[in-house]
Amino acid sequence: MPPSKSEVLQGTLDLLVLKTLDSMGPMHGFGIAVRIQQVSKDLLQLNQGTLYPALLRLEQRGWIVSKWGVSENNRKAKYYSLTRAGRKQLVEEAESWDRMSAMINRVLRAS
Amino acid sequence: MRELCRTLVHRLAALFRRRHLEDDLDAELRSHLEIAIERNLRRGMGPEQARREALLDLGGVEQTKEIYREQRGLPMIETALQDLRFGFRMLRRSPGFSSLAILCLTLGIGANAAVFSWIEGILFRPYPAVIHQEQLLALTGTARGEAGATALSWPDLLDLQRSCTLFDSFIVNKIMGTTLSIGDRAERTVGSIVSANYFDAIGVHPILGRGFEPGEDTGRNAHPVTVISYQLWQGRFKGDPQVIGKTQRLNGVLHTIVGVTPEGFYGTFVGWGMQFWVPASMEEIFEAGGYKLEDRGARWIEAYVRLKPGVTREQGQQEISAVAKRLEADYPDTNRGRGIKLWPLWQTPFNNAGTLLPTLEIMLAVVVFVLLIACANVGNLLLVRSLARRHEMTVRLAIGAGRGRLLKQLLTEGLILSAFGAAGGLLVAHWCRHALVLLFPARAGVRMHLPGEIDWRVLALSAGVCLVATLLLGLVPAMQIGKLDLAGTLKAESAGVVGSRGRAWVRSGLVLVQVSLSFVLLVGAALLLQSLQRIRTASPGFSTHGVLFTAVDLVSAGYDAQRAQNFQDELINRVKALPGVESATFARATPLGYGSFSTTPIAVDGYQPPPEEQPTVQYNEVGPDYLAVMGIPLVSGREFARTDDEKTVPVAVVNETMAAKYWRGRNPIGERVQVKGRWMQVVGVARDSKYQSVREAPKPFFYVSRRQNFSVGGGLYIRTPLRPETIGMSLAREVHALDGNLALYEVITLQEQLDRSTSPQMVAVTLVGILGGLALLLAAIGLYGVMSYAVSQSTRELGLRMALGAGTSNLLRLVMSRGLALTAGGVLLGAAAALALTRLLGNLLYNVSPRDPLAFGSAFVVMMIASLAACFLPAWRATRTDAARVLRD
Repeated sequence: MPPSKSEVLQGTLDLLVLKTLDSMGPMHGFGIAVRIQQVSKDLLQLNQGTLYPALLRLEQRGWIVSKWGVSENNRKAKYYSLTRAGRKQLVEEAESWDRMSAMINRVLRAS
Repeated sequence: MRELCRTLVHRLAALFRRRHLEDDLDAELRSHLEIAIERNLRRGMGPEQARREALLDLGGVEQTKEIYREQRGLPMIETALQDLRFGFRMLRRSPGFSSLAILCLTLGIGANAAVFSWIEGILFRPYPAVIHQEQLLALTGTARGEAGATALSWPDLLDLQRSCTLFDSFIVNKIMGTTLSIGDRAERTVGSIVSANYFDAIGVHPILGRGFEPGEDTGRNAHPVTVISYQLWQGRFKGDPQVIGKTQRLNGVLHTIVGVTPEGFYGTFVGWGMQFWVPASMEEIFEAGGYKLEDRGARWIEAYVRLKPGVTREQGQQEISAVAKRLEADYPDTNRGRGIKLWPLWQTPFNNAGTLLPTLEIMLAVVVFVLLIACANVGNLLLVRSLARRHEMTVRLAIGAGRGRLLKQLLTEGLILSAFGAAGGLLVAHWCRHALVLLFPARAGVRMHLPGEIDWRVLALSAGVCLVATLLLGLVPAMQIGKLDLAGTLKAESAGVVGSRGRAWVRSGLVLVQVSLSFVLLVGAALLLQSLQRIRTASPGFSTHGVLFTAVDLVSAGYDAQRAQNFQDELINRVKALPGVESATFARATPLGYGSFSTTPIAVDGYQPPPEEQPTVQYNEVGPDYLAVMGIPLVSGREFARTDDEKTVPVAVVNETMAAKYWRGRNPIGERVQVKGRWMQVVGVARDSKYQSVREAPKPFFYVSRRQNFSVGGGLYIRTPLRPETIGMSLAREVHALDGNLALYEVITLQEQLDRSTSPQMVAVTLVGILGGLALLLAAIGLYGVMSYAVSQSTRELGLRMALGAGTSNLLRLVMSRGLALTAGGVLLGAAAALALTRLLGNLLYNVSPRDPLAFGSAFVVMMIASLAACFLPAWRATRTDAARVLRD
């Protein structure tokens, strides 16, 4: 069995969630999942369920907070929003991602 | 780092809010699905399809929840809690098994915890009220060519104090019995003569008044002050807050009370609780032999030192030895061949720490044995149960539990058992805290104090024992899981054979271990018992029957020498006139009493001592007919008579060892010996006897005439066939007739005196006996369990044998022989172990070889009887097998 998607994604999934919340403001879990799929042009076949442990992990670390609220269609839903620590973390992770991908690009081009 | 902490806090908190968080998760996933379905409907799907697609996208509600839960709480703790809950349920389901297992462990762990607490309270932390006990060491003298310790002299101690730099303090503490009179009530009690720094140096601050002030330990009889114990203050002074400044008579001399010690302080003498303390300047009032603070030859002090922080005992000893060497050179007359030695507190030679040390060491080994036996027993029980639980385990394996997970479950069950056992064991230890005192014979005026101490060290050790037990207990059934065969477990259960190999070897092995361990203990107990009997029946060299001992305290009544002598002469006359009394006499010190003989340097005409040796011999001041009254045979010459008084030439009677050592085969009678600078004529040679301990080797000893060396103190010895209680009243009447203010001490036989002096052996025998019996019982239960199980598992075989014509006696023999074979194997192993181990008893054994065949034989007989009893019931049950029914099934 190949490594499950969630394992491959764990690090990047965190980054995607943070980025999504940063650009879209408070969102519920389903909204985040749909948004990530849309932005990635459906290239990321995400099991929506794996999103929830990731959200919990981010919350445990204090990067996001959650609050029950009401959706546009008047449904009860849990809304997640970025904290200040989360914003800082996003900047750091985005930078290190950039560095990493630049390096990998260089290596790939060079050969 | 901060994130890590935050995560941990979150997860921990989640453990306690599970219900709430679970609801929250439910609601969140439900809302997710609803929003998704709604969106799918809007995209034009049918209701069924919209729902299916939403679920597919999510990837399964239950799977999501499971991953989520792992992220949320602490899975390790959660499964542990689950195991605990399950373990408790399993134990509740078989209460018989659980309570038997817990009982075994309680006994095993309890015995350990009790002995730990005694060792802690008696050897390692004997003085709870004293600060920094770890820096305290005991200080004694040594004499070249003699093992063990001697007392110290006051001038030597002062020199040490002046010359040594590695010590914070030198603390003198010499215990003595005395008569305490408050108002018109007098009683015997025990107190300490101490240096003035005593209370400051041990960090005990009186709750009323003060301790002693510097200088109060100097000057002959200059400071009649005393500090009293909390118990004395409560008991005799009813807790009077105005007690400071009041007076009490100690040995007849008025002392002013200057302080009261805090509750829980019993002084610094292992075994006995002190009731009062006086400064060393008052020594003469309490100690025989006159004023000794300026006499370097008078060795009477026991002492402690406190090391400076960071100094080791070896460094301290080096410094002290150097000073002792110098003293030896400066004062050859008194110090030749004398050293000074530091001892760890737990080896203190002059109090009950020293006498109990070998006993407690043995006990430590014994309780470990008992624990192992108890564990083996519980292991066996667990094994039986794990066989019964094979189905359960197989099912669990079949539905996907890992072997590791099952092992964890079994260890958890073991932990529950041993935790209960440990809790029960600590309770047992708590109850047994003061049990040691009960084993010592009571004596008038002495308050025995031998507390166990259950502190964190004892708790930690017990927890350690508990963990080891858990591992042992968990291992046994774990071995079974290792061999669990998924497919094979549904096969028939009772097709075993009585002697079959395979699984049974583990159980038999455990029983073998139990039998051999308890056999070792039985041998030990038998050896100690034999040794005690030898000690009790050994001749101490004087009559133990037909001689009574008592005393009258003339010192505290303020008698001077002349008056005391008249009184004693008159009393002897009256006692001799009593019906049934054959003879009576006075002597200063009692054989086998607590450190009571005087010691003197001697010189002998014609004996040239080696250059390094100053001949020093113990002696006793005795009245006319002493040897006859005591039943000590006279080898040649004569003993003292009334005519050996101040006006005639001083005389001495020496014992055989002294005659042989200093006169080398010549007849000493008529020769001279110099004692304390005075020449005496030897008039008789007495047979050797025991002086301080029944176990001592023969040593030089001599007697001097009491009239020529008079001191007021002393005891009365009466030769009579009468019992103490018979003659006690008339003795008291005679004393009262002479002086109405005097009281008689308790009257005891010399046998009683002998018994008191052998109480450490008595304690060892009692304790090892009790634990040996316990071990035997546990082993018998183990054997019984194994045999019963073997019988219940082999009913088919037994039935078959019956059907083929085996009679009752055949079956009895079959089962019994297997049980007895196990026992015999255990005994063989045990005997081998005992041969190697009983040497450790060495110090406690008297005139008994550690390989004594009688001890081994009697242990064998006891073991065999116990195993016969244990095997009989299962064997009998085997004969009741219903052959027809078994074969039909």
